[in-house]
Amino acid sequence: MIVTILFFALALIAISGAVSLILQRHPIHSALSLIVVMVAIAGLYLLLGAQFIAAVQIIVYGGAIMVLFVFVIMLLNAGAEERTNFSRMAAYVGLPLAVVLAAGMAWWASTGSQSLPTLSGEVTQTHALAMMLFQEYAFPFELTSILVLIAILGALTLAKRESGQE
Amino acid sequence: MSDFLAQHSLLFSSVVKAAILILMALTALAYLTWFERKVVAHIQSRWGPYRAGPHGLLQPLADGVKFITKEDPMPLGVDKFVFLLAPFLALSLALTALGLIPFGPQTITLFGRATPLGITDLNLGLLFLFALTSLGVYGVALAGWASNSKYPLLGGLRSSAQMVSYELSLTLSIVGVLLMAGSFSLRDIINAQQGWQLHFLPRWNIFAGPLPQLLGFFCYFTSAIAETNRAPFDLAEAEQELVGGFHTEYSSMKFAMFFMAEYGNMITVSCLATILFFGGWLSPFPGMGGWAWTRFIPAVVFLIAGISLIIDGIRYTTIYGRIVLPILGLVLCGVGALVAMPFASSYAQGPFWFLTKVLIFLFIYVWVRGTLPRLRYDQLMGLGWKVLLPVSLANVVLTSLALLVAHR
Repeated sequence: MIVTILFFALALIAISGAVSLILQRHPIHSALSLIVVMVAIAGLYLLLGAQFIAAVQIIVYGGAIMVLFVFVIMLLNAGAEERTNFSRMAAYVGLPLAVVLAAGMAWWASTGSQSLPTLSGEVTQTHALAMMLFQEYAFPFELTSILVLIAILGALTLAKRESGQE
Repeated sequence: MSDFLAQHSLLFSSVVKAAILILMALTALAYLTWFERKVVAHIQSRWGPYRAGPHGLLQPLADGVKFITKEDPMPLGVDKFVFLLAPFLALSLALTALGLIPFGPQTITLFGRATPLGITDLNLGLLFLFALTSLGVYGVALAGWASNSKYPLLGGLRSSAQMVSYELSLTLSIVGVLLMAGSFSLRDIINAQQGWQLHFLPRWNIFAGPLPQLLGFFCYFTSAIAETNRAPFDLAEAEQELVGGFHTEYSSMKFAMFFMAEYGNMITVSCLATILFFGGWLSPFPGMGGWAWTRFIPAVVFLIAGISLIIDGIRYTTIYGRIVLPILGLVLCGVGALVAMPFASSYAQGPFWFLTKVLIFLFIYVWVRGTLPRLRYDQLMGLGWKVLLPVSLANVVLTSLALLVAHR
């Protein structure tokens, strides 16, 4: 009972945050809405019993990435964006797609199982998660870290070149 | 009625505990300002607050009244929603973090339900604590941005950059402790530090284990001071350059909320230092053998404090002080007598040692503020990235190696 109430409350917060993210005109307000979405999703993870993932979701997305967003917006002092006319692309392709998507989800919700799925205990425990990341999937994990390293190096090179030219 | 209470005992006991904790925390925050002003004043050969009440004890109350009744203007051109949101965000996050701290080993019974001392006992408590501190940046950053003024913006930018940089070394510095305890639960971490070595050193993480966490503690405490924007790392509010930093445009209670958030973060960080490195609620003396008398130390400390207050009160200059101080002293003596009773003694041990250690850390905080000059901004960033981060990384590697060798 209380889980259902919490689920709908969190889902409502997440969805309204996402809608407000698109509708807000000022970048900071959009970023704040995105933070709300991230935290609400972390709450949903908690409801599923995935405590570790919920904490990491807040630390990484809510704390680290969004702080960077907010920081860059503040640093560039980005102003409110200007509204343009409703684009033709959105009218002819976007709206029908949205309707189809909503209908599909409604159909799935009406036929599919109504109860909330719970993750099995294995994946949610920190120990089990670490075993999977560092033993079973160690190679892909290390590959990802090299990918991130390359991205950082690329960013550094770009920044260096720009300052060198000036 | 009792059935209803028993059915929802989790809810009711949580609400009661949260209310008690918030009341205690707010009082502690108010008196922390008094404590800080007194200590800094004595470091600088001044008296500090002493007009409002005996020894200035009513100063926090006077400040509170002043903050509440002051005019609260909203500057022109601010982003109203974010401007109002920022202080609430800062204070609520700071107070929420306190709810994750366990204060004692025993459980108490509320509405027929045994609950731990402290609001909740998560088995990922440490992670959630860091999640809350990582969100704490927004209070400062948004306040600086929403004020629509150049000094707060500079202060907000400075402090968000600083907090993001130091969060790295703060998180990495405790990995050594996590490796030794093998758990994210604060209660487990404390319990893992029980026991003795060489018959006199407690097995706290700072002294014991395969590798004493001296490096980890150094990194943790330095980053913690920077993370809470305190001197000597308080560039976000450097008065000489930035007027007041991110809270320049705030006044009355909203200004006070930022300060309460800062003090709340100080308490949280000191609690964490106590739990992670100094054995939490564990007494520094073994409880058995020739050391059994040490369980009366809380009572003796309260009694001595009470008696000295009574003596000081009788000789105090104002009539008001002559009445209030002895009453306070009598209350302290009463607490001491209560704590000496067998039934209360075991309950008092944990919280007493815990709060004593936290108080020592808070004193060090103020001491550092009164002693060290403020760093330059590039020195601050250099210290964070070039010293603390590599050292805490080295601490992780060294601790893992030591654990590997010890378990072989």
